[in-house]
Parts: sequence; structure tokens; C-alpha cells
Amino acid sequence: MIRLPSLRRPVAAIATLLLLVAPAYAEVQFQQITSPKGIDAWLVEDYSVPLVTIRFALEGGTTQDPEGKEGLAGLITSLFDEGAGDLDSEAFQIKLDDAGAEMAFTADADAVYGSMRMLADQRDEALGLLKLAIEEPRFDQNPIDRMRAQIVASITASAQDPGTEAQLRWAEALYGEHPYARRGEGTPETLAGITADDLRAFHKAIFARGNLHVGIVGAMDAETAAQTLDLLFGALPEQPTLTPVPNMTPEFGKELRVNYDLPQTAIYMAYPSIERTDPAFFAAYLMNEILGGDSILSRLTAEVREKRGLTYGIGSSLLTMKHTQALIIGTATRADRAAETLALTEEVIARLAADGPTEAELASAKKYVIGSYAINELGSSGAIANTLVGLQLRGLGIDYIAERADEINAVTVADVKAIAARLLSAKPTVLMLGPQAKATP
Amino acid sequence: MIFRTALALALTALLATPVLAEETAPQEAAIIENFVLDNGLEVVVIPDHRAPIVSHMVWYKVGSADEPPGKSGIAHFLEHLMFKGTAKHPAGELDRVIAEIGGSGNAFTSSDVTAYFQVVPPDALATMMDFESDRMRGLILTADVIGAERDVVLEERRMRTDGSPQALLQEEVNATLFQNHPYRIPTIGWLHEIEQLNRADAAEFYERYYEPNNAVLVVAGDVDPETVRVLAEATYGKVPRGPTLPPRIRPTEPEQNTQRTVTLSDPRVGIPSFGKSWIVPNYRTAEPGEAEALDLLSEILGGGTRSRLYQEVIVKSGIGASAGATYDGGAYDPSAFALYGAPQAGHTLADVETAIDAQLTLLIKDGVTQRELDSAKARYVRSLIFARDAQFNMANIYGSELALGGTVADITEWPDRIRAVTAEQIQAVAAKYLDPSIAVTSYLLPPETGAQ
Repeated sequence: MIRLPSLRRPVAAIATLLLLVAPAYAEVQFQQITSPKGIDAWLVEDYSVPLVTIRFALEGGTTQDPEGKEGLAGLITSLFDEGAGDLDSEAFQIKLDDAGAEMAFTADADAVYGSMRMLADQRDEALGLLKLAIEEPRFDQNPIDRMRAQIVASITASAQDPGTEAQLRWAEALYGEHPYARRGEGTPETLAGITADDLRAFHKAIFARGNLHVGIVGAMDAETAAQTLDLLFGALPEQPTLTPVPNMTPEFGKELRVNYDLPQTAIYMAYPSIERTDPAFFAAYLMNEILGGDSILSRLTAEVREKRGLTYGIGSSLLTMKHTQALIIGTATRADRAAETLALTEEVIARLAADGPTEAELASAKKYVIGSYAINELGSSGAIANTLVGLQLRGLGIDYIAERADEINAVTVADVKAIAARLLSAKPTVLMLGPQAKATP
Repeated sequence: MIFRTALALALTALLATPVLAEETAPQEAAIIENFVLDNGLEVVVIPDHRAPIVSHMVWYKVGSADEPPGKSGIAHFLEHLMFKGTAKHPAGELDRVIAEIGGSGNAFTSSDVTAYFQVVPPDALATMMDFESDRMRGLILTADVIGAERDVVLEERRMRTDGSPQALLQEEVNATLFQNHPYRIPTIGWLHEIEQLNRADAAEFYERYYEPNNAVLVVAGDVDPETVRVLAEATYGKVPRGPTLPPRIRPTEPEQNTQRTVTLSDPRVGIPSFGKSWIVPNYRTAEPGEAEALDLLSEILGGGTRSRLYQEVIVKSGIGASAGATYDGGAYDPSAFALYGAPQAGHTLADVETAIDAQLTLLIKDGVTQRELDSAKARYVRSLIFARDAQFNMANIYGSELALGGTVADITEWPDRIRAVTAEQIQAVAAKYLDPSIAVTSYLLPPETGAQ
């Protein structure tokens, strides 16, 4: 019975946002450290709050689920605090609670993530439990059955939701046969077939030092951090056994309709994007910012929301995954104005593709994406640790942070105009979810 | 506002020093400054020098529960309209300035408060104060901005409430649980009343409540209190004091003496769930120790994987897929304590409801163990140290506490008040307030299931 506040505007305009990386903050010092056993990590030392936050990523997420065992990566992440070493589920959780630590594991398509936030004065107990979870998870049958039942319940709970159908069809339309099209949480059928042996095999294949990226933030010096790396990860095998995942290009130009009697019609559009390593990446990044990025001044927000009141939120974002990328636009409006909203959105996009941005818009976007780094990425230990790991996952060096602002400042109006013409002239894949019958007069 | 979280996180200030002492490079624990300008604006400064960021928030002591009858949603609609410009700063200029410095800004409204905030580099603080103090009294509402913004709010309601069976049911539960108090009315407003809101309604609400002596300024971040004081006096300090508002006395609840049921069947619902709610006292209105006991009761009964509901209903008996408890002790007036649950495959909703009821009955009968109590207290105290890690959280904790009539001391003394709670007190508040025969029970059902 929590009465949520109403916000002036949505916190994130659309769901498929990704963290993009960003520039220097003199005051937050990123250090590169290497453990005695040769494990690399990035560290930010900070003693103003008596906490330590560790976050790590192991490349190989839900795309590593074996065929027919979809949901394995998701299930395994729910089991690391359900028993390890000599401790069964209950004993482990009691010790974790007594140690005052918060431990979390998650998976996305490309990686499995782990994190722990602990009080500095109970660090050793907490780290001991994290080590145990990483090295010797038990995968006892009782917790497997319980966590599986909870995941199945959540799948069942959303099974009738038209949004779920829309998401599945969207993924299928964009990604076809690629593992990205699969349902990350699995299905009741695939989950039913997962055994403790499957979990052990997945753990053995993914948990290795060769695909590991670590960020440590808080009350810990470099030497202790290096020792901590060996404590936590020193016993892992050198290399993972990853199933290769091909790069792919989403399918554009498709039209999907999910008819359902809802109070609003949701509209999603996917346009081509470019790889993180493409020299035009920052031109595309700034283009996205001008079109429908975080700032409320974006062209889409100005035209669709502020001038016409067609929506509570509209936004665009660059979805940059390990093996594909796209520019995604999302909004929702009342059904009888859906056609108008889609047409207007396409018109705003076409104008940017044809004319590019103005000098003033580009200058403003540059200031925003450079300046917003600290606020978006460094607001807490968790955010900093997330940034450290995200930079490493994208293969960006520790010096990259200092160089980013220069790269952004070097982008010209002509660069943005060129990339806009290249990406936004394509025919998008469009999904409309809602009472479509009312959308066309 | 998620008040329970805010209070759970509210401990912060005094806990850090002893732990810091053994670290290698400790800084001084932050000293929180609290002062009042001549015009009545209360100011809180929370120094945090870890990153070059400052969180600037203005909280008005007014929310949707203060709205005139028939004008539901006006507090929130006005919050949107506050971005439409003044004589000095036209509409859009604040957003442009924030964007150009890479900052972020937003605003929110709850039943009891309305807040505006920006997170910016420290050298932009003076500019933010200039904008925010200017629109405290200087808003210009022209007729031509009303229509489009009201449409935005209507879309917000469609997206967040009408499009979600869970949200719709929650709205109906509040309207049933509260029989007289305006907490029965949704903060965003009823659809048919939002449609009728106009410029005059907004202007009247603004004139009445937006004044320095009805506001709290919170600045957290990489600044020192003296600088904040000087900047605040040069900006907010120039805004004249407004008329003294009467005390916030809202319609109160009659005796709750019936069992009520709210049921929503929706084709989008895949598995059924239920909730059971009671009106209980909060930190501002409770007898000493009762709100603290209710917070710990909520934690022990249904606050996470170590809680009784999780352990007994989900882990041991395998009946529930989910089960838990919530308590909103930080509202201005008495609000809700709730239990909720949903079944695992092979079990019915009635099974889960019976199992959860049984746990409540057991707790009322036998109380809680010392071990449970100690763990729950430790989790609360720890959450406050964790809260210090996010600057914006800190601004939120202090802002909401003070805007609801509390003091900085209420926050700093809170851990000790939590530590003082006894097992007997927890059993007593459970027995006194969670009477199953007067609860409001809600069911969210797939269409074919029908009423339970």
C-alpha cells in the first residue's frame, strides 16, 4: 500500500536503454590493478562511506543457454545465495544476513553479473561468502525447485499480458533465428528440463578468469583489492567454454500489430544503428540525443509531448549489444491519436535524416552528453562499479574516459547529418500494441 | 513516496564515525546543517564530497490529500505546469540550462508533498536556486499552455494506472480502505476530474501553497553549508513570506468496523493474487514506539527472504510463489499496513491466503523471537549506512522527513528508537492493529476464476 508519486516525466523514456560510456572526472580516480595471480580489475578508492561494492561480469549470458534449456542462465543467477560449500540454503542466508552484506546475481543476453555491497568492518566475512558462492555453489534440489517455481509463476503471471506477446513478437521480428530472439527467462517447458547437472556444467563453462571483468569501489586500498581478486576468482579456471554467438543485423522494414483493447496504443520503432567500434559512433550517439535522448529538449519530446500533448513520454536510445545494434524509439498515446503520433514521429525522423541538426542543437547535445557523465554514471558506489564493468565489457581502456570528451567535441554538424541520412532513411520495423481498429479513421 | 523505504533508510548520520575510525583515510563524518531563513524557508545542507555533484531539492508541504473536493489531481497538474515559465525565465529555459550542463531534473507529487529537484555540477547551484526561487512565486500561467499539458497528464494516467490491472486495483483498495480521509483519492486524480482541471484551479492552488514558509530546501553534495546559506539568502531569501497556512488537519477516519472485499478480474491476469490491508498509525501520530514496532513487524513478518512469510509460505510449505508485507509509516496521516501473496502452481489462492492468515495469527499469539528481532534491527541500521552511499537518497530522506513535519533529530535518533523496540511491543501492535475481521481484502483474478 505504497502510494507512488506521480512524476512530471518518465524516468527512462523507453525500456531498452543501454548504458553508454563517458568521460573524465578528475575527482573520481579510476585505478587499474593486477592481482598476484594476474587478474586485472579497476578500482575507485573512497573512504567517505564505510562500504565496499564489488561488481563483476562474466561474458556469456542467456545466449549461452543450451538449445531446449532456455532459462538456464536466469535460473542459475537465482541460486548463488541458496547454498555453497558446506552451507545449505538456510545456513548460507543466515550467515550472509549476519555479515550485513547484500549479494546479487543477474544475467542479460551477453553476460552473467554478480555484485556484493558490504560494510567495511564486516568485509572479511562477506567476502568469504561471496568466494564460496562463486567457487562452490551447491545447486541443491530443493532450492532449484523453489526458484524454478517462482520463475514459472512469474512467466505464468505475465502470459496473458498483451505486452508479453508484443515483446516476444518484437524480438522474433528483429532477431529471427538468432539467440537474441529467445526468451531469456525461458518457458515452463524448458525450465522443467533443467537439472542440477546442467547448472553445474553452465557454472563450469562460464565462471573463468578469461571472460571476467571486475570493478571495486569503496573503502579498500589497491593492495587489498588485488588480494581480494585472488581470493574471489583465483581458483577459477583460466578460460571459459563459450558457445560462439554470431554477429547479426536486425530485420528492418517489418510491421507488427498486436490488437488488444487497452487504454493506450504503444508504438515501438527500430532503425539501424552502428557498432561501438565504428568511427561514426559518437556522431550517431549525438544524433540520438538530438532526436529523442535523455534531455527533455529532444526533437521528439518537443514535438510529440510538449507541443501537442500526445504522450507522457517518448524517447529513443541506441541499443548496443555484443552482437548487434539498433536505434529504438518508444512511446504510447491514446488509441484514437496513434496514427497521428506515428506519422508525426516519422516526420520528425525524416526531417533529421534530410537536414541534419542545427549548430545550436549539436552544441547543446555535446554539452549534455559530456556533462551528464558524473551524474548518470557516478552517483553512488553501485553506479561507479557498474560503469567500471561496463567500460571493460565494451573493450574500452581506462584511458578512454579522458579521451571521450575530445571525441565528442570533434563531431561536426556534417558528421551528424551524414549518419542521420545513413541510419534514419531506412524503413523501420514498427510494432503497434493496442486497439488498432480505432487508430485508423 | 515510498515512505517505508525512506524511513528504513533514514538512519544515516551518526552511524558512520565509529566504523570509519579504523579505515585508512577517514574523512570527517558529514555534519548536517539545518537553519531557517527570515522568510520561513527551512534549509538542510548535507555535505558529500565524493563526486562533483550537488542535489538541489525544494519540497512544498502540500500534496494531493490537500486538494479541494472535486479537484483531484490538481496538485500534480500544477507540478507539471511549474515548468511553463515566469517573467524572468520563459518556459523551457530551465530545461535547456540543465541539459547544457549535463544535469538532470524532475519533480514529483505524493499525497503529502510536492518536490522539485535538479542534480547538477556544484558551480550550477546558484543558477538552480535562481530558477527555483523565481518560480516559487513568479509562475505565469497562460491559458494556452493548459490544454496540451493536461493531455500529457491524461496520457500519464492512462499509462501508469488505466493500463495496469495491478495499479487499478490498488487505486480501488485505497478508495475502500480509506472511508473518509483523502488518501482514498489517487494522487494523479480521477480521470473525469483531471479532464475538468483548468487554469484557475491551478493558479488558486499555487497562490495558496507555494511560498517560502511552506517549503523546505535541501542541498546535498559537494558544497559547504556556508556557501549554501549565502546563495540561499541571495535567492530564496528575497521571496516574501506568505500568509501563515492553517494546520494541515484533514478529514479523519471513522472507526473501521467492517470486512470489505475488492475484486478485479482482468483478462491480462495470469495468476491470481491477494492483499489484505489495515489502517495503522504512523511515525507522526502513533503512541511512542508503536510505529517503530510496526516497521519491525513488517520486516519480521514479510520483509524479505529471512521473513516468516517467505520462509514458511514459500520455502517450507511451497504454497506461495510470493508473499510479503508493507508498511507506510512515513505518511503525514495514518496509512496502511498490508500483507500480500500469490500461489505456486498446484495451489489455490485460498491456500495462500489461509497460510498467510495462519502466520499472522501465530505471531499475534506467540510473538517474535529475540533472534528475529535482533536480525531485523541489524538490517534496519545497516540500510542506513548503505543509504549514505547515494547522495540523492540522502536529500530525499531529509526532505521528506522535514516536509512532513519532522526534524533532523527525528532522523538521527531513529536508529536508537528502533533498537529500543521489544518483542512484546511487536506482538502488541500486531494484536492491536491487524484484526483480520476488519481488513480490506483485495483479489486480482484471471477472468474465468471468478470471486473466491
